[in-house]
Amino acid sequence: MTTAALPFDLTEDSHADYLRAQSGVRSWLNTRDHKRIALMFLGAVNLSLLLGGVFALLVRLELLTPERTLMSASTYNRMFTLHGIVMVFMFMIPSIPTVFGNFLLPLMLGAKDVAFPRLNLASFYVYVFGSVLTLWSMIAGGADMGWTFYAPYSTTSPAAVAPVGLGVFVLGLSSIMTGLNFIVTVHTMRAKNLRWHKMPLFVWSIYATSIIQVLATPVLGMSLLLVAVDRLFQLGIFDPTLGGDPVLFQHLFWFYSHPAVYIMILPAMGVISEVVCTFSHRPPASYRAIAYSSLGIAFVGFLTWGHHMFVAGISVLDSGLFGILSMFVAIFSAIKVLTWTATLRRGSISFETPMLYFFWFLFLFVFGGMTGVAVATSSLDVHWHDTYFVVAHFHFIMVGGTLTAYLGALHYWFPKLFGRCYSERWGMVSSITVFTGFFFTFMPQFLLGNAGMPRRYYSYPEQYQWLNVLSTAGASILTAGLVSTVVYLAVALARGPRASQNPWSSRSYEWLSASPPPQHNFLEQPDFERSPYDYHLPEPSAPGAAPHASEPAHSPGE
Amino acid sequence: MAHEPAEHFENLAQQERASHLGMWLFLTSEVLLFGALFALYTGYRLEYPQDFSQAVHHNNIAIGTINTAILVTSSFSAAWAVHSARAGSRRGILGSLGITLLLGLVFLVLKGIEYKQHFDAGVFPGAFYRSEELPTHGANLFFTLYFFITGLHALHVIGGLTALTILGVFAARRHYSPENHTPLELGVLYWHLVDVIWIFVWPLMYLQK
Repeated sequence: MTTAALPFDLTEDSHADYLRAQSGVRSWLNTRDHKRIALMFLGAVNLSLLLGGVFALLVRLELLTPERTLMSASTYNRMFTLHGIVMVFMFMIPSIPTVFGNFLLPLMLGAKDVAFPRLNLASFYVYVFGSVLTLWSMIAGGADMGWTFYAPYSTTSPAAVAPVGLGVFVLGLSSIMTGLNFIVTVHTMRAKNLRWHKMPLFVWSIYATSIIQVLATPVLGMSLLLVAVDRLFQLGIFDPTLGGDPVLFQHLFWFYSHPAVYIMILPAMGVISEVVCTFSHRPPASYRAIAYSSLGIAFVGFLTWGHHMFVAGISVLDSGLFGILSMFVAIFSAIKVLTWTATLRRGSISFETPMLYFFWFLFLFVFGGMTGVAVATSSLDVHWHDTYFVVAHFHFIMVGGTLTAYLGALHYWFPKLFGRCYSERWGMVSSITVFTGFFFTFMPQFLLGNAGMPRRYYSYPEQYQWLNVLSTAGASILTAGLVSTVVYLAVALARGPRASQNPWSSRSYEWLSASPPPQHNFLEQPDFERSPYDYHLPEPSAPGAAPHASEPAHSPGE
Repeated sequence: MAHEPAEHFENLAQQERASHLGMWLFLTSEVLLFGALFALYTGYRLEYPQDFSQAVHHNNIAIGTINTAILVTSSFSAAWAVHSARAGSRRGILGSLGITLLLGLVFLVLKGIEYKQHFDAGVFPGAFYRSEELPTHGANLFFTLYFFITGLHALHVIGGLTALTILGVFAARRHYSPENHTPLELGVLYWHLVDVIWIFVWPLMYLQK
């Protein structure tokens, strides 16, 4: 576009959208703008997803045959360690909060930025540094202890475990910085008339997530630091040959790492709550049920870590208590699922890509959740513990939940992030492919686990082969779905039609800003008196009208 | 000195609220960092009650108690710095920060003397433990945790002293007024945390019936 032809488009810098307000590499690397930091995180976590995915594919390819397919047993151990650590600490934990939380929180609260913009930028660089340190030390040191760092294996493994522990410690630091920033932002940066119970539900879930990040991550950091110094200086804190107690490590590790699964799933639930309201064109069946159950999960999540240790020699009483407390999480989750489903009722539902991801989420979450209640029953867990049943369970609920919600969020907010629309047809097709692939990757693993195939094993008896082949085939379909998603989103970035300000006719606050938003989020402060879910009222007019109103706006359905 | 809020805040009050809440959250995460270590201590103490109690006896209760008194006093003088800032007394700020720094340094020196005594008796962490007086396994674990916890705490003392020194330089350059001295308040808040953690370390490491 030439400004000469459109003189009214000669907007001042502060009116230009955030992507164009400043230019040059330095304006990105040095930015304090939460939206630009969100995009830098988007690039970084997508890279982590790609890496973790490649490692996963290699693991699946190796398991195609009962004996050696591609790699030696020790390479295989390294591969699943790489896969687990990259996916958990570099993708799933940071993904939704750092990308969508960063981008949307200030928009949803009517703020110009998060409370501490410099801390926000620092958290990005700390993340990059932690990721590089973790990856480098895993590859150079041949880390093979699995993502859980269990002693005594982590204290005796010939691999260089200490630098990996330090790398994850640094990643945890970034996570704490993000969480702290978001809590303060929610408390202090809300627009004048925006009361707590008017905040979009996504904000509640990010808030609950941030509490866990601030309270649980230091304990993980300390445990991994102890593993590192234990190895470096032979302290004997966890190493049983020096008198340490490996079960104490498990307690400390799961005190973080169980709440960490809620760091992964709560933001996903926030995305889902937004998507279901927008595409049902209805307010949530109960706002408070969804908001408070997030806090409930965050709270109970701190009291359930023992369910990872049913076979680690904890007492029967402890097992019973931890089992029952774990089932409380299922109650809060069920409250959410029922509220989402009730929101669909009498809604006028439109089936677009983000809504498809909502349904995939619902299926994977409910199925994964119910198998979770099954493994929380300690007597049943003894049978399933350390089998592929558990692998399938947490991939369904954590990965299925986080990944579908992440992709749903990416499609739902894509027009807002970049001001472009993607091809709806490709979106639908890829979404179906992703789900099909995911289902066929992990459904066979439930059967494998129930039939007794242990996790982390390199070879297996021939009777398990057909299910393993099925699972690997599923992983290939999943890969195809993800690759096609990358391709059409890249095409949309370059050549997609311009998005209108509110292509989905949502009522949530972030859509009151232009697509993409101006540097300071709103040219004119919108009215935060109204609810972000008032679908019974006509669509509000746009106070911060799009700077590119001169061009025809498309909605993604066209 | 007139202060302007940062660009993304509406006013100074909002910025102050944010800074304070941010500091409290940071302190909370610090508490959990040490909490993990205290949990570990509890676990091992339950496993080796006899050994732990003997090891606590071995520690120099005089130095431990003097150090507790020093830190509590330094918390008082640090609080006095904030009080002086509110009263607009620059000399008061500098004087009380000076006393705080001095007390913090004395604490570190005494801690160093104590470490020296341990090393002379062959008390080292982990596999380097050589004590003939307390050859038990539990005592070895106790001292490993002792060195880890007090060492980490000493690092926090050093961090706190550095922060207070920087704040002192700013105070000397007249950065703080009775209305505006949030950084000073936050720095002192951190110093209090360092003190509070020690108040938990003291009974765990030194006091014994």
